[in-house]
Amino acid sequence: MKIYNIVERRMIWYLLSLALIVPGLISLMTQGLNLGIDFTGGSIFDLKFQGQPAISEVRQAIDRVELELGNPVIQETSPGEFLIRTRDLTEAERDSFVSALKQELGNFEVLREEKVGPVIGKELTSKALLALGVASILMIIYISFRFEFKSGIAAIIAILHDVLVTLGIFSLLQLEISSAFVAAVLTIIGYSINDTIVIFDRVRENLQNRKKSESVAYVMNKSIMQTLTRSINTVLTTLFVLFALFFFGGATLSNFILAMIIGIISGVYSSIFTACPIWHDLKRIGMPANPHQKTS
Amino acid sequence: MQGGGAIRLLIMAIFVAVTGFFLYNPIKSNLNLGLDLQGGLHVVLEAQETEKQPITKDTIDRTIEVLNRRIDETGVKEPIIQPQGEKRIIIELAGVGNPEDAVDIIGKTAVLEFKTDDGKVVLTGEDLTNAQTQMTPAGVPEIALQFTSEGASKFAAVTTANVGRVISIYLDEELLTDPVVNQPITDGRAVITGNRSVEEAENIARLLRAGSLPVDLEIIEKRVVGATLGADSLEKSKVAGIIGIGAVLIFMIAYYRLPGLLANFALLVYAIIVMGALSLLGATLTLPGIAGFLLSIGMAVDANVIIFERIREELRDGRSLRTAIDAGFKRAFITVFDANVTTLIITIILFYLGTGPIRGFAVTLSIGILASMFTAVTFTRWLLKWSADTPLRKNLKLFGA
Repeated sequence: MKIYNIVERRMIWYLLSLALIVPGLISLMTQGLNLGIDFTGGSIFDLKFQGQPAISEVRQAIDRVELELGNPVIQETSPGEFLIRTRDLTEAERDSFVSALKQELGNFEVLREEKVGPVIGKELTSKALLALGVASILMIIYISFRFEFKSGIAAIIAILHDVLVTLGIFSLLQLEISSAFVAAVLTIIGYSINDTIVIFDRVRENLQNRKKSESVAYVMNKSIMQTLTRSINTVLTTLFVLFALFFFGGATLSNFILAMIIGIISGVYSSIFTACPIWHDLKRIGMPANPHQKTS
Repeated sequence: MQGGGAIRLLIMAIFVAVTGFFLYNPIKSNLNLGLDLQGGLHVVLEAQETEKQPITKDTIDRTIEVLNRRIDETGVKEPIIQPQGEKRIIIELAGVGNPEDAVDIIGKTAVLEFKTDDGKVVLTGEDLTNAQTQMTPAGVPEIALQFTSEGASKFAAVTTANVGRVISIYLDEELLTDPVVNQPITDGRAVITGNRSVEEAENIARLLRAGSLPVDLEIIEKRVVGATLGADSLEKSKVAGIIGIGAVLIFMIAYYRLPGLLANFALLVYAIIVMGALSLLGATLTLPGIAGFLLSIGMAVDANVIIFERIREELRDGRSLRTAIDAGFKRAFITVFDANVTTLIITIILFYLGTGPIRGFAVTLSIGILASMFTAVTFTRWLLKWSADTPLRKNLKLFGA
């Protein structure tokens, strides 16, 4: 089995990771995220018009409605089907909005309607942040417990990498962030840890059995190569299912599924090219250099 | 024992096929579909505290009683009306035909007031025992009221004192009708007339029968999924599921050959166990829940992949088939366990901090992980050992060497 110098080339991987993350970060700081009503509060209407009006007609009709709607956002999701987002409307306001639209644009079917008041919006936001915080801490504890603390740090950095890549892409493309997205991020964290554990597990086994001439870097490279097939196959089978859901599963979940697709691909990348090299570097901080060690 | 494996495999295959066949319908009918799959309404109401009306547990209980009565009348099956915290009430109505009507019924405080022309309130909804719609000979709907004995005497007194004057009837400060009193009414009955549709009249009658809410409720969260969208999402998920799972099955056989085929068989058992567990627990299957189930299939396969890769290595190192299988399972189990525990931790967090659909995701994913620990490890191990006990064991290539 040919053993590639993954760990030695870590500067390349670190730079590549930065190249993936930095554009996203810049977008996060400038455009920010497209937060859904779950976090900002508001009302959303998913309407299917019998008459299939054009989006410009719908926009005009909405402008003519006498209510102050707080900068409504209108999207055409398929011919005759529109997603309209307004500020959070009371029931009375909502009723007059709906009847005004019916008068102007003809009859429609309400496929889906959601309203989130400001209180709930804040609660969902804090719950989301709490979940992310708790998950990260528990992951560090678990890995430090099963392996060593330094590997816990390395694993968390890999997870951070995955979350930032996913958030970055969602910010760049201004895709809507809902509570389902948060669930996706948490699942990505779980997956990324899985991958990392499988590799670290192998590293630990190989380190126990290593010959004196093998450096830690060599052992890590070997472990990565040994687990590579498994990493790829697992990601592949999971992606089969996710892609099927993304293309055939309907629009409601598509952002959720996309987040998972991005996160899982990033996850397998980071377990190999980020977690291991960082663990290696952290280990080196405590160890003297050995010039007689084989590295490849 | 030579060839014993083949018989065991055959018996297991028949057992699974028969079990699956008989469990299919019971599981299907017992499965709870979430609102996002069958359509419905989810509303969170917050009681508005005022000086006159502080909020106690009793207030909330009484409010729930009234809401229960109102919703009962609409004929919705198995409504969920529950308190949350100290001031909130959650209502979930599945398969509701007209969510807008339901929201109207839920939201209205429904305070009925009879006022004399000087604005004084002389009777309220508390004085009613019944309210029914009826049709005039001309076919116009109206609402017939019946007072309690106390109410009837009050009404008699009021009408006697106000002959020739107007008595206005208000619902939540909105005028329903303001008839002139022609003569004293002593039989304790009154009629609310007006130009209304049958539905409007029915709704008002319903509200009056159920009674007014002890406290004002504000809708702080509302989610409505139409039945069409729900059914559509369910259909699409089924299609996506079949395609995704199909791809996984094909891949497993193509790459892992015989163990792959066995892993697919284990996957079938896995699916039966998960669906059965969900059905037994009365858990609700939501749209993210379906995604969670499909995701867990990917993870169940992962456990098999880890084990098979190990077995391959052992075979490559020259071990015998049986030893390779044993060593593969033993060594890989630790890794599989670690990986599953972390995902389980995540599902626990999601369950505690998530809302309805996300909880569905957490529940299905965690059931999936636990089930996969059995099917991917224990069950597949049996299958592999049995097949090592058949003439197939002579062909190591089948096992991935």
